[in-house]
Amino acid sequence: MIDIGLLSFLVVIAIAVVRSRDLFTAAMLFAIYSLLSSALFAVLDAGDVALTEAAVGAGISTILMLALLALVPRQEAEAPRPNWPALAVVVLTGSVLIYATLDFPEFGNPENPVQTHVGPYYVQETYNDMGIPNMVAAVLASYRSIDTMGEGFVILTAGLAVYALLGTRRRKPKPATKKQESQKR
Amino acid sequence: MRNNGILRIVARFLIPLIMLFALYIQFHGEYSPGGGFQAGVVFAAAWILFALIYGLDAALDIVPERAMYVLMLLGVLIYAAVGVAGVVLGGNFLDYRPLLDDPQYAQQFGIVTVELGIGITVSTVTMLIFTMFVQRRSQSMQIEDSQTEDKD
Repeated sequence: MIDIGLLSFLVVIAIAVVRSRDLFTAAMLFAIYSLLSSALFAVLDAGDVALTEAAVGAGISTILMLALLALVPRQEAEAPRPNWPALAVVVLTGSVLIYATLDFPEFGNPENPVQTHVGPYYVQETYNDMGIPNMVAAVLASYRSIDTMGEGFVILTAGLAVYALLGTRRRKPKPATKKQESQKR
Repeated sequence: MRNNGILRIVARFLIPLIMLFALYIQFHGEYSPGGGFQAGVVFAAAWILFALIYGLDAALDIVPERAMYVLMLLGVLIYAAVGVAGVVLGGNFLDYRPLLDDPQYAQQFGIVTVELGIGITVSTVTMLIFTMFVQRRSQSMQIEDSQTEDKD
């Protein structure tokens, strides 16, 4: 029941985001969307994911989005006219994806591949291997440690990319000509 | 915003709590939900709240931009160093068992250390991105100001 309520809220907010022309409103709606997803994850007992979604999705991305909105105009540009081929492609892809969900294994079935592959090992052996109760941390930082290192480097790359795009050495306001010269270098 | 008393008092009360919570989910991540990514973001959020209330310059006095560059590299280096240490001590890359005698303690030590590295990188990168956006804004405002002055 809570699931249905949360999911229908998500759909409503997604439509509201698409329909909103005001970017500030859209950013705020995205924050609400993230918070609702986070609640959904919490309902599904995925505490780590819920915490991440609440902190990253609802918190930091919204702040960064707002910091970015201070740089750009607040209103979205008017769409010139409806793009029917694009709509057709989206509807087609969406219906194919929905059709594919019919082949999903039954939700929560213990015979599912996800329950029978490496999952049981993690569930049963994590405490013997590491002596820590949180399996998510164990998988993230020990069993699948190289993946997590890759994620760390992804974050670092994001920081470097933003620095490369926006980072200009400035303390005192310089004349525009000097700024152009330093950008050319 | 600097003159708004309520905001200042509430922030002064909240910022230490947010930082404490960040440290809690950083170092309690093996027992409860949490870990380096979440903790880093929450810690950066505390810093950003400080920057919003007291201004970016005051915030940059606490964590200078240069420190962010160093720390965001240091974080992933800690992570990679743990992996290399495993190789040097006779295991595979990112194998924590050779690090200490007791395999369980070794695993816990490895997990805590790499999570710390992740936390440092995530928080400083988040701070850096926020700093870049805000500085960009003040830059473009300065350019506009100088242009209007030129016209005058």
